[in-house]
Amino acid sequence: MRVPLSWLREYVELPEEVTPRALASALISAGLEVETVDVVGADITGPVVAGRVLDIEELTGFKKPIRFCRVDVGGANGTGEPQEIVCGARNFAEGDLVVVALPGAVLPGDFAISARKTYGRVSAGMICSASELELWEDHAGIIVLPEGAADPGADAYGLLGLRDDVLDIAVTPDRGYALSIRGVAREAAAVYGVPFTDPADVAPPERNDGGYPAVVADPEICSRYVLRGVSGFDPAAPSPLWMRRRLHLAGVRSVSLAVDVTNYVMMELGQPLHAWDRSALRGPIEVRLAKPGEKLETLDHVVRELDPDDILITDDSGPINIAGVMGGLDTEIGDASTDVLIEAAHFAETHIARTSRRHQLSSESSRRFERGVDSAVQMAAATRAVALLAELGGAVVDDGVTHLDLGAPRDPIVVRADNAGRIAGVAYPVETEIARLRLVGCEVVQDGDTLSVTPPTWRPDLTDPNDLAEEVIRYEGYENIPAVRPRAEAGRGLTRGQRLRRGVGRTLADAGFSEVLNYPFMGERDLDGLQLEPGDARRSALRLANPLNDDEPLLRTTLLPGLLKALVRNVGRGFGDVALFEMGLVYRPEPGAPERAPMLGVDRGPTPEERAAVDAAIPNQPRRVGAVLAGQRERAGWWGPGRAATWADAIQAAREVAAAAGVELVVRADRHAPWHPGRCAALYVAGADGERLVGHAGELHPRVVKAYGLPERVAAVEVELDLVEAAAGAATAPEVSTYPVATQDVALLVDGTVHAADVEAALREGAGALLESVRLFDVYTGEQVGEGRKSLAYSLRLRAGDRTLTAEEATAARDAAVALAAERTGAVLRG
Amino acid sequence: MSAPNNSYDPVEVSALHPDEVERMRTEALDAIAKAAGLEELKEVRIAHAGDRSPLALANREIGALPPAAKAEAGKRVGGARRAVSEAVKARQSQLEDERDARVLVEEAVDVTLPFDRIPRGARHPLTTVAERMADIFVGMGFEVAEGPEVEAEWYNFDALNFLPDHPARTMQDTFFVAGPDGAESGLVLRTHTSPVQVRSMLDRELPVYVVVPGRTFRTDELDATHSPVFHQLEGLVVDEGITLAHLRGAIQVFVERMFGEGLRTRMRPSYFPFTEPSAEVDMECFVCRGASVGNPDAPCRTCSSEGWIEIGGCGVVNPRVLTAAGVDTERYSGWAFGLGIERTLMFAHGVKDMHDMVEGDIRFTAAFGMEM
Repeated sequence: MRVPLSWLREYVELPEEVTPRALASALISAGLEVETVDVVGADITGPVVAGRVLDIEELTGFKKPIRFCRVDVGGANGTGEPQEIVCGARNFAEGDLVVVALPGAVLPGDFAISARKTYGRVSAGMICSASELELWEDHAGIIVLPEGAADPGADAYGLLGLRDDVLDIAVTPDRGYALSIRGVAREAAAVYGVPFTDPADVAPPERNDGGYPAVVADPEICSRYVLRGVSGFDPAAPSPLWMRRRLHLAGVRSVSLAVDVTNYVMMELGQPLHAWDRSALRGPIEVRLAKPGEKLETLDHVVRELDPDDILITDDSGPINIAGVMGGLDTEIGDASTDVLIEAAHFAETHIARTSRRHQLSSESSRRFERGVDSAVQMAAATRAVALLAELGGAVVDDGVTHLDLGAPRDPIVVRADNAGRIAGVAYPVETEIARLRLVGCEVVQDGDTLSVTPPTWRPDLTDPNDLAEEVIRYEGYENIPAVRPRAEAGRGLTRGQRLRRGVGRTLADAGFSEVLNYPFMGERDLDGLQLEPGDARRSALRLANPLNDDEPLLRTTLLPGLLKALVRNVGRGFGDVALFEMGLVYRPEPGAPERAPMLGVDRGPTPEERAAVDAAIPNQPRRVGAVLAGQRERAGWWGPGRAATWADAIQAAREVAAAAGVELVVRADRHAPWHPGRCAALYVAGADGERLVGHAGELHPRVVKAYGLPERVAAVEVELDLVEAAAGAATAPEVSTYPVATQDVALLVDGTVHAADVEAALREGAGALLESVRLFDVYTGEQVGEGRKSLAYSLRLRAGDRTLTAEEATAARDAAVALAAERTGAVLRG
Repeated sequence: MSAPNNSYDPVEVSALHPDEVERMRTEALDAIAKAAGLEELKEVRIAHAGDRSPLALANREIGALPPAAKAEAGKRVGGARRAVSEAVKARQSQLEDERDARVLVEEAVDVTLPFDRIPRGARHPLTTVAERMADIFVGMGFEVAEGPEVEAEWYNFDALNFLPDHPARTMQDTFFVAGPDGAESGLVLRTHTSPVQVRSMLDRELPVYVVVPGRTFRTDELDATHSPVFHQLEGLVVDEGITLAHLRGAIQVFVERMFGEGLRTRMRPSYFPFTEPSAEVDMECFVCRGASVGNPDAPCRTCSSEGWIEIGGCGVVNPRVLTAAGVDTERYSGWAFGLGIERTLMFAHGVKDMHDMVEGDIRFTAAFGMEM
């Protein structure tokens, strides 16, 4: 809402010394969000005056017709002699009153006016147009002032309202009343404690039955309906300068006098009005809901299918308006309309809101109705409008008045007398609470410890005790609320899962990975790129009804597409050695879930069954951690060669993640998209009910590398952190033996297809309780072991808790380990 | 060289003659002093302090002396041998020091060589700043609560007093999840972390003191200051006798711990459906502390010379929300706030463009390291 201060001051007696900025901060403190204060016209300086065109000499011989004018500017030029001015515009005549910028004036755009030679004459000034003065948008040529507007030489600043200050207020949805000069003026008066003159204080006409016939089908859709008319209106009458100027400053385009009047009254009182050409109406008006199949071509030339929830204004011809949102084209006021019917109504907020959304039609009118307009101002608004049409358009106000008053009076809100104080934490005296509520316009009756409060008609937002408290507190000042420390009980700190996540993040960052936070959107193409089979569960993704990007309408089921695209971005920016990780949710709809989440009531807490029904419709959203690597994992340098990132780094990253939670991963070979079938590990955690798959890691499939435009041999890992977390148990302290260690190294020959993890598991089991640790320290393939075979060298550390092991005991344990490895994996001890 | 004899005349035993002992001692000390290296010193030690050195041999002669002479000769020879032995030790130590000094100099390296074998990783600054913000509240006794990102409309809107036709519901540009065949699913990407307020009240025993850091979504195109995916830190307190004053207190503590002691905060009335009364919260600019206001010579980029920085919205939990969450409004009241994490990172660390936070460029992340 743009509020010119000159307009505002008409209704509130602000002290002269209140600056626009001070007013803005005072209003901000009271809850009106003043975003900017525009200082209008400050870029116009120097003599700008009214002038009378004495005579015009048409100059010829130029590309366009040019006029040399002598203009009476009174004594403004210091001599009293006519001012000689060359002018290219033609929309004025001798004797007209115009606006003249004299030499020394500066107009917007730093346009300095001086006497200069042009078209063979000396031009000492400029006859101004509205756009040169930035009065309003207009390309109609220079301004011709109405006769009697001013004497020649009179200062034009005040006459035209050249200088003004405009507050731009972002009105929150609860403060519909502030979408009017009236509402802001009332607020300013309350803040400064100065008198307020209500522009709606218009003497209502006598009630009579002579108005245009109208019925309202249902009071629920329209609680008040007012029609007033004028006859003999001059459709050619122009809007007065002051009205055009104010509408322009308020951000409204001038259209015609009739339309400008409805907009002007709407800006002033907050009541949307509609003006019909009465001669285009057919029979009585009915306000009703639309019937199926009804259509209306609206002012914007769109034929709209009406919804049975839309409130319509109809006559015998059918729909003529979508109530409160937009008028119909056929009954529009036009440049030949002489009989005008003005509608001022109070329509149901929720219907207007739905209609506006349904037809994607947001208008100044619908914005106000949605936020709630004064339920009693309609007659004043219509009366004001017809008075202006009469005054400015030469019309005669019709005697007939239509006034359907179907609203019920509001019930008072009963609150505790100390209501506001209890909410603020400040002990306001009861008198203060009452005074502040009355300032807002409430009727307040005190009854012992309670107050019975009836809010004013212009505050439909005040419905609850807390709403009333806010009114008291904001006028008492938020800055006067003390700061009292909260007094929470000692908390439990972070949960184990929350701590684990931080640990995982630090672990991966320590290992050289950079964290990224990708958007969780993806497209089919991303899934195709991962080479997922048609039935892959990751293809079953939630779809957005309104994605920002049509190529990415799906919600991610895996972290990998985002990570791979971030990787490509980094490579593209010259960082080929890159390791990234992300921790975040993926969205996995469950088959058989309800198709629609139920909408529960809000008048009580949900039952456990109701909650369960809502939660059942919410998809599973496990937290995952993913990482990708490309290029060199270890760089080359003066210390020696570098080492490329491989499948092994990805799997190790998974092990580190699990280790951060105190969980040991079981790694098995697997074939799983998007990984290389020979370089893919499935990752498991052991639990009470067996092993559980938690993720995959390894090198990506070459086709994935190609599809995403990745560097060769990118490695990736994705682990479901929630499952790792679930497997994490409390650590138990080990027995730390101080007896000496016995180390036994064994080299085992196995077939090339045997997995080291299986050999190690056999060694572990075979060695028994004496085994402290086993570590693979070498893998050898080559001629010495024969084709298709490999040698695995393990170091076994054996130790007892209660004695020094004898050589025989150590050897026996080693032999048992080797024997079980031989039995399970065909391993042969290498000589 | 004297051979053992049976003569008892001490004068006859020339090796034990004082002059002779003195000569041997001088000779030995001289040789020790001249020994240039540890090898040479070893030879000198054998020659002058070894078992077959003149002083050792002289020592053996002492036994042959008559008892009366033994004591004096023993004292003389013993003193000489001790002196030689100590001199060897001292020289040995000196030579070793010299050798060590030489060798360690030879082993010197260029310690300025880089050793960045494994490129350094980093955590995302949004993660670490969110942790820091949450930790301040954890320090006040709050717990960290969580909720789903794909959320039921009931939690995201209805239970928070965004009624179906209320303009506030369209104020937030919501991503809607499509149901089967394009039908309505009743699910949205949560537009704020506030649904976790309702979940916390339903899941936890009262009183509730929680903060909720998390991802939120609105249909804004990515530009320098907007992102369709962003992060909030929600706070919620529900307890007996809770007032706006407690809200001010908590925010004051947070601002001082996070940005600097003594910084002021202010609240401006505002509107949110789920709080009533509601307010926007500003804090005093922690860079200029207001000194830049009206002072064009010392402009402040952090607060645009406004002196105040808007940090979020807050208010008293609307009793309608408490009701929808099954809380007894006669007994309990509460407050809630929401702070923007991106915004906090932007003004606290000078991040100028939202793109940097979403693109995953390793240079951006690396600048923030592991912790804030």
